[in-house]
Amino acid sequence: MRQIVLLKDIPDLSEIKVDSETRAPKVEGVKRRISDLDKRALEAAIRVKEAAGGEVVALSLGDEKTRTSMLEALAMGADSAYVVDDPAFRGLDANATSLVLAAALKKIGGFDLVLAGEMTLDSLGSQVGPRVAELLDLPQLTYAKEVSVAEGRVRAVVDLEDVDEVAEAGLPALVTVVREINEPRIPSLINIMKAKKKPLVVWAAPDLGLDAGAVRAASHVKVLSVTAPKVERKQIRVEADSAEEAAAKLAQLLVGEGVVK
Amino acid sequence: MRFLVYSEEPEVGLQLVGRARALADETGGEAVALTASDASPYFGVGADRVVKVVGVEGHDVEHWRLALVKAVELAKPDVVLMGATRRGKALAPRLAAALRVGCMTECTSVGVVGGEVVVERLTYGGSTVARETCTSRPAIVTVPPRTYERPEPAEKAGETVELRVETPEPRVRVVERRPKPRSTVDLENAPVIVSAGRGFKAKEDLRILEELAEVLGAQIGCTRPISADLGWLDQWVGISGKKVRPSLYVACGISGTIQHVAGIRDSQIIVSINSDESAGIHGLSDYSVVGDLYQVVPALTKALKARA
Repeated sequence: MRQIVLLKDIPDLSEIKVDSETRAPKVEGVKRRISDLDKRALEAAIRVKEAAGGEVVALSLGDEKTRTSMLEALAMGADSAYVVDDPAFRGLDANATSLVLAAALKKIGGFDLVLAGEMTLDSLGSQVGPRVAELLDLPQLTYAKEVSVAEGRVRAVVDLEDVDEVAEAGLPALVTVVREINEPRIPSLINIMKAKKKPLVVWAAPDLGLDAGAVRAASHVKVLSVTAPKVERKQIRVEADSAEEAAAKLAQLLVGEGVVK
Repeated sequence: MRFLVYSEEPEVGLQLVGRARALADETGGEAVALTASDASPYFGVGADRVVKVVGVEGHDVEHWRLALVKAVELAKPDVVLMGATRRGKALAPRLAAALRVGCMTECTSVGVVGGEVVVERLTYGGSTVARETCTSRPAIVTVPPRTYERPEPAEKAGETVELRVETPEPRVRVVERRPKPRSTVDLENAPVIVSAGRGFKAKEDLRILEELAEVLGAQIGCTRPISADLGWLDQWVGISGKKVRPSLYVACGISGTIQHVAGIRDSQIIVSINSDESAGIHGLSDYSVVGDLYQVVPALTKALKARA
């Protein structure tokens, strides 16, 4: 049984500062981490492997830094990692990204299950999983908060707004996971050392038989601007010598605002 | 521009038809709705035509992808507007991949600028707003429920086109449905919310928040850890939970992570009570008290009661 997990390494959100002039987030040079939900997809795959055997493969479209990020995936328990790194593939939209990932999945081949987070936390897109399922003609189970494999079928508890659906599909299939599915393990020092000896393969466009120009042309969504909305709050500190005084002042202020009757 | 609108939630579909109508009028275009249920309400909110899907039952994502690919062939829209419910968010990218077109998800606004669809959506965990456009035809756009208000229905009729879809045996089988206990709390529409963060040391201590809620006529919210990790309350406020828009939001013992703050941005007045002077929430509030919530919250309850 071979599982392939789609991972994206993204800037550490807590480290992103905002340019005070342009209000643009400064992401250059920010340390990157595997997006939290993708990491949970990896954890889910490792747990399925622990129960059902087989191997777990990590796959990422990234750049030279992504190799370092993949070491964490290997330390957690992935058996091998593939990074697609081609200068022509920077800043692709979800359509083009999915074309690249689908080509890489085909090249790795022989998979029973493809897993990913339901979204990555940088773009908040929720697209790549279902898109890859479509491109590879796989059934999809999205928003899984539990996943297991038995008798050649995958079963997931699908977390919808008002209902949990227990759903099954034959293999191969694609599963996206929500935060509730698990807590990712923290790799031990020994496993971190071992990770460096595991296979990590880097592919560029020609390795996947892709025409980089055609892929770029399939990137349809353009980002016009990204800004952090200015905090337009009064930011008034209620100064007082006691809790009672602070509470009394606050109550009065809220009445003055008309939000308390 | 021509808009094709679909959501499996009829109410969301009506909201989006309303938006599509406004944009169609702006651009001299058309609003077409897609549904498997009753077509008539869509005319009342501005649909020029309704494509009525016949032959698709239930919510199988691949069946609906088939129906939508056919509907796109039929209606030739410039933009497909879909509801960003979880089912909608599972379907929209699958449709987009089938058509090899661009998709923009969870858009907080949709407009047309210079003949191109331009949206706003949150990025970087909810801390930033991106303006995006899409060069493909159609562009797929998903919009969360209640982003746009459903227009007042008018007495109108229009043309209904039947779209027959042959569906194969579904590959995903739903073997059990477990309805979630309906929460009695409607945070998204609550006019006042008092909310708990990790500053609360024990579940029993939420009692002081309940007392404050009672005097304010407020609902009780919390941060993700309080709900998802500790299970003290059944729903949390934030980018991954409920996005709220009360006139008053009182954050008690909340540090103010970007994921949480993204969910309270539309509040009219934000108050923070946190003993940590350096907590980020203070700078994101209208009024902040640096103090022990175990003292300030009961004192505030008392002060408000004294006024009543």
